[in-house]
Amino acid sequence: MLSIKDLTASINDKAILKGINLEVKAGEIHAIMGPNGSGKSTLSHVLSGKSGYEVTGGSATYQGKDLLALPPEIRAREGVFLAFQYPLEIPGVSNVYLLKAALNAVRKHNGLDEVDAMDFLTLVKSKIKALDMDEKFLYRAVNEGFSGGEKKRNEILQMAILEPKLCILDETDSGLDIDALKIVADGVNSLRSPDRSFIMVTHYQRLLDYIKPDFVHVLAHGQIIKSGGPELALELEEKGYGWLEDGQVAA
Amino acid sequence: MSASAQEINNLINQDYKQGFVTEVAADTFPPGLNETIIRQLSKVKNEPAFMLDYRLNAFRHWQTLKAPEWAQVNIEPIDYQAISYYSAPKRKEDGPKSLDEIDPQVLDAYKKLGIPLDEQERLAGIAVDAVFDSVSVATTFKGKLKEAGVIFCPMSEALRDHPELIKQYLSSVVPISDNYFAALNSAVFTDGSFVYIPKGVRCPMELSTYFRINAANTGQFERTLIIADEGSHVSYLEGCTAPMRDENQLHAAVVELIALKDATIKYSTVQNWYPGDKDGKGGIYNFVTKRADCRGDNAKVSWTQVETGSAITWKYPSCILTGDNSVGEFYSVAVTNNCQQADTGTKMIHIGKNTRSTIVSKGISAGRAQNTYRGLVKVLKSAENARNHTQCDSLLVGDRCGAHTFPYVEVKQPTAQVEHEATTSKISEDQLFFCQQRGLSAEDAVSMIVNGFCKEVFKELPMEFAVEAQALLGLSLEGSVG
Repeated sequence: MLSIKDLTASINDKAILKGINLEVKAGEIHAIMGPNGSGKSTLSHVLSGKSGYEVTGGSATYQGKDLLALPPEIRAREGVFLAFQYPLEIPGVSNVYLLKAALNAVRKHNGLDEVDAMDFLTLVKSKIKALDMDEKFLYRAVNEGFSGGEKKRNEILQMAILEPKLCILDETDSGLDIDALKIVADGVNSLRSPDRSFIMVTHYQRLLDYIKPDFVHVLAHGQIIKSGGPELALELEEKGYGWLEDGQVAA
Repeated sequence: MSASAQEINNLINQDYKQGFVTEVAADTFPPGLNETIIRQLSKVKNEPAFMLDYRLNAFRHWQTLKAPEWAQVNIEPIDYQAISYYSAPKRKEDGPKSLDEIDPQVLDAYKKLGIPLDEQERLAGIAVDAVFDSVSVATTFKGKLKEAGVIFCPMSEALRDHPELIKQYLSSVVPISDNYFAALNSAVFTDGSFVYIPKGVRCPMELSTYFRINAANTGQFERTLIIADEGSHVSYLEGCTAPMRDENQLHAAVVELIALKDATIKYSTVQNWYPGDKDGKGGIYNFVTKRADCRGDNAKVSWTQVETGSAITWKYPSCILTGDNSVGEFYSVAVTNNCQQADTGTKMIHIGKNTRSTIVSKGISAGRAQNTYRGLVKVLKSAENARNHTQCDSLLVGDRCGAHTFPYVEVKQPTAQVEHEATTSKISEDQLFFCQQRGLSAEDAVSMIVNGFCKEVFKELPMEFAVEAQALLGLSLEGSVG
């Protein structure tokens, strides 16, 4: 699905990612953990194509394609989905309009017919029901006046509609109370499938109580310094990041 | 500027698609403005004597005035002697009786603009008056309108055929002495549309005028007068385009609306005059006086404008709310890009009791453009329980443009309620990235964001014009689902 090799990237000539290596196979869930400033969000942004970052070396191959060479909207249409840490507001544009425009952009790219208004409403209503959301959600302006939890659920709704292959969750747990976290996690779990992979970027272990990862990686100073199974997250919870970072410096 | 800010700018920069010139044999006056020219103008238009006096009065008054300097625009002095005040496609003595007699080049020009003048080709339900440079070349559906008692004709025809209405209403809302450009217009106006809706009649179709400037070195000075008699209802649309030329051309129009008791006038504009090139060379100076008088009780006037063109736009469609319970509305989207400048807004003058006004202004500024909202809400002592709500939003695209807001509020009646809300926002790169990450192209994303911003105004436009307005902004209409 995704193969990242020796990826380095910088912002304003300051190196942030210093050689990332990561293999994500179809159906796997990878958690990327690390202290603030370790480069977690930068990795999500570089993979999804946000401007302002310069890739200075290495590669990211997604389904055999050079991911980093594609413009952001093409990455999205190819199935790369970023759930934003801070979802943006778009005043005056209804949720349902954005969803339909996005779905049709993806479908068109993949050689499918655009869905008409009726079929789309049927689809979106079934998804919204599955996520236990209110239909009123659809007709509100995108994220405008939404609570933190509503914004994150809206991200999951978009994910459910677009059915991406690679989902990158950028600190999805930030700013959520425990109930909201649980609802979002249920949403993500319902979207797990053998041909869909997830990269979850998070600072805290608590998200991993609700979404079980297959692999846990620790990112520090722009490198993955340790990888392991779900038990690594528990160890981190107990000991913090300090012992690993010290080890990194000593090595 | 970062890569994607540059991208936003490129997206907003679309070519002007109406910039072609029509080669047509024309009668054009030599440049210059004096009493001889005005007499000649009145004569060539075969006007009644009272109109010549009216024009000369206006001209003499205009000569005592100075061009106003208070607007938030930079403008080179205009040489009024270098402009030709009359240009019309050549035609037979009595004017064309049918479309067959109109210069095919002119018909073609309108066809190219998407305004076929052949009634068979028109979408049913819209009557069009086509004004080409200084004259009206065709008015469609006149017969059908006549059956309903509606008068819809070129202004020059109304001056000859309906002098009693002209004498009663012309300049009754915008006096010749009102301002510099209104005085100039009164002296030299050449054509425009005249509408009279009789008592109790609901106009059976939308009326529209399409203004086209074609000739070089001319100005267009049109005059529109709409009278809605008691209990009547009319919806009127206007559109405008011009060729791309390196010199600035002046368009100084006056529009007067009169709504009598229980009458409603809805007036919509999509203004797309040539805006000049990227460096600010050429373009139309659009200096327009538009004013409505809600003269009777319960009268209602609604102005909706989408202003995308012109090098400089300077207009304040206003409502004088004379009648008790009368209602004035102003919905505006003004887009400025490159070196365009717009100073636009409205005046709501509350005189009658329980008068209400609503102002929704959306300014979008890109490139190095300057976009100004200027509005006056005035509540006189007599206007008990008057209410106004003003919402004034600005959207900035890029980091070299400007948005300015000058709201004036004068209230002399303690029971009045006046509200003003204003916001300024920017299309952020994060917003753009968010949309792209959902699969939309940057172009569609900007369209969607701008469209969302303008939604409250677009929904006031008649369907036909809403479509044109979106096309103009390169937008797809928000709200087409659900």
